[in-house]
Amino acid sequence: MDYRDTLNQKIESIKSGGKEKYHKQNEEKGKLFVRERLALLFDEGVKIEDAFFANCMDDTLPSDGVVTGIGRINGEAVCVMANDSTVKAGSWGKRTVEKILRIQETAMKLEIPMLYLVDSAGARITDQVEMFPGRRGAGRIFHNQIKLSGRVPQVCLLFGPSAAGGAYIPAFCDIVVMVDGNASMYLGSPRMAEKVIGEKVSLEEMGGANMHCSVSGVGDVLVQTEQEAISFSRKYLSYFPTNFRQNPKATETREAKFIEKSVTDIIPENQNAPFNMYDLIDKLIDEDSLCEIKKKFAPELITALARIDGKPIGIIANQPKVKGGVLFPDSADKSAKFVQLCDAFHIPLLFLVDVPGFMIGTKVERAGIIRHGAKMVATMSEATVPKISVIVRKAYGAGLYAMAGPAFEPDSCIALPTAHIAVMGPEAAVNAVYANKIAELPESERPAFIKEKQDEYKDNIDIYRMASEMIVDDVVDPENLREELSNRFTLYESKNVTFTERKHGVYPV
Amino acid sequence: MELKASMAGSVWKINVAQGDSVNEGEDVIILESMKMEIPIPAEKTGTLQKLNVAEGDFVNEGDVLAVIE
Repeated sequence: MDYRDTLNQKIESIKSGGKEKYHKQNEEKGKLFVRERLALLFDEGVKIEDAFFANCMDDTLPSDGVVTGIGRINGEAVCVMANDSTVKAGSWGKRTVEKILRIQETAMKLEIPMLYLVDSAGARITDQVEMFPGRRGAGRIFHNQIKLSGRVPQVCLLFGPSAAGGAYIPAFCDIVVMVDGNASMYLGSPRMAEKVIGEKVSLEEMGGANMHCSVSGVGDVLVQTEQEAISFSRKYLSYFPTNFRQNPKATETREAKFIEKSVTDIIPENQNAPFNMYDLIDKLIDEDSLCEIKKKFAPELITALARIDGKPIGIIANQPKVKGGVLFPDSADKSAKFVQLCDAFHIPLLFLVDVPGFMIGTKVERAGIIRHGAKMVATMSEATVPKISVIVRKAYGAGLYAMAGPAFEPDSCIALPTAHIAVMGPEAAVNAVYANKIAELPESERPAFIKEKQDEYKDNIDIYRMASEMIVDDVVDPENLREELSNRFTLYESKNVTFTERKHGVYPV
Repeated sequence: MELKASMAGSVWKINVAQGDSVNEGEDVIILESMKMEIPIPAEKTGTLQKLNVAEGDFVNEGDVLAVIE
């Protein structure tokens, strides 16, 4: 056997990953081998793979359980780290950590996106001194992620566990896609929870994909298969530039989806009646261009990437069909993260406003709705990408502010004829101002009095009065809204502003 | 299957009587909160086994309004 045979033999052995029984176990769970995942992810496979031979003196640890390299997605180069769960359950040793650090540092130098394909049991306790505490220890992975944040897109595809400290990899990414049934995130396993705090709970309940994508909000997109996760990440990246110095790329223009209902049919005039905001969104965006983020979490607010005339935008829309479109602590957080994501990568923002305000009551006050709401307002306020707010129906109270109301420098705040802008709705306002007077009246006279005062109030907040006072920049025909938005976003493309001069703001979290 | 209140509010309208069949997506109960109508649709098709609330009742987020089997 010559030295080339030796090399090829080593390559073949390392490429095949861990023991056959672990491949079988993965297959039974619907999990792909790490190299199959990468073949699906990239246009034409991994182009560069460094430290392939990491830890090759130990036959049981091929590549030290992680593949790191560069490949192309939609023609653009991206860096990737992908755990190999057939090698000691994808756990991290000293070289695993060093490989992850190096690929992150490559992403930083080349200013290209960083993808994390996570399927790992966490630290190898036996190697802890070498891989945990030091300058090039696992903590540095998170330090690098924080440095990369907003510079290049960071995407996490979660195929298996992401345990203990490892759970912070998804946490620091722009987006986390989780495969139902296999993906999980937790700081302490159910076994540890039982031992340390006495709680008996299943993994799915405590850290499963469905829980994280609908309750905790740590997950963003729930998918059923690994293939679905991979194709989602390829679609998602098509909305983004390679780094913060570039603008997102436009694709071919597509017509909006054909829907028989007109916009006028979709939006009820009765401000209190629900309607489905997705129907309006469909009327405005290119067909099949919706890429929704956190669909299952705080669904009273929709956050989605989309395209109008081929150009990417970020949509923040109240959903009157769920919880009346009222803003809650979770919806405020959802908006804050999404607005930061879009602003970081020059994706213009469209706010579709139909909001009765922020929720009131003991429960939300105890949950800190004021600080969560402030976070939503702050991120929207400092976003310098083109912003358009469309007042679809009501915009009451701080809801107007949080949804890019006129005071927050949207490039324009335009209204549909169904718009209402006020501190509160007519019913609440008349009750607040005339409660004593109503109580004094004989019961038979009350309805007429209330109606008279409500009508007066409605006249006072009439949308044409708002337009006359130049509070809104225009009142537009709902049937022309798509064209209006396309026109405005195109003309705002040259916007170039710095929000303010300082090191950074100090906002509530 | 339990039908739960998605937010705090009062029961404005009950569209289905005990024993009636309901279809997935059908609005079983409509709450009123923040002056808005809040529909509570059935997540699955079935029969309304039990109704725990009456029109006008105050409910908290998470309260079980009805049971569908």
